[in-house]
Amino acid sequence: MELYQGSLDIKSIFSRWLDEERDSNYGAFIPFIGTIRAEDNIEALSFDIYEPILESWFNSWVERAKKRGAKVKMAHSIGDVPIHTSSYISAVFSPKRRVALELIDEFVEDFKANAPIWKYDVINGKRFYAEDRSTPMSGSGILANKEDK
Amino acid sequence: MVKIEFLGPIRQESLEIEAENLKDVANFLQNIDGVNSWLDRCAVAVNSEMCNDLSKKLNSGDIVSILPPVCGG
Repeated sequence: MELYQGSLDIKSIFSRWLDEERDSNYGAFIPFIGTIRAEDNIEALSFDIYEPILESWFNSWVERAKKRGAKVKMAHSIGDVPIHTSSYISAVFSPKRRVALELIDEFVEDFKANAPIWKYDVINGKRFYAEDRSTPMSGSGILANKEDK
Repeated sequence: MVKIEFLGPIRQESLEIEAENLKDVANFLQNIDGVNSWLDRCAVAVNSEMCNDLSKKLNSGDIVSILPPVCGG
């Protein structure tokens, strides 16, 4: 897993990943790239990351992929990422296409739901939490429980 | 003392409290304005491991992290 301040150089990251796996005998590579769209007058998105939990979340996916003979990689931005540049790249490498197609779907969806990353719209240099696009993580709400008080 | 840290957009400085378990943390945070309105949407980690169990025992020096809704990518 790789974290970078600002926009990702996705071409060089994916190019390096291809080189790293050139002799691994995988037959299918699927990258997923997230790029910032111009919408709602934003000039950038901005990201906060809680690295210790992101690391353990990612490592659990490395193990899940390994059980299916595959490998996952990812890189993400920290801080501001201007529109039309990229904040996220992940990729699955597997012997055959079926596992790669399934895994990239599961991995990216779980990333959206459970990776400890917070997104903000940047408008006129100010950050606004993207609450309406955010998802409570698994197990959310336990501290609001008043029954056992 | 247990340290409670608030991640992402929650505007609250870290706190140190006496707590034997996560239930004590819940009771404490439910009375803090500006934090209690987040609780129904927040997950919890203890020492960087996600935790779903309110009876989880805490020891002095433990760090409890409060994680609001996420959106990576």
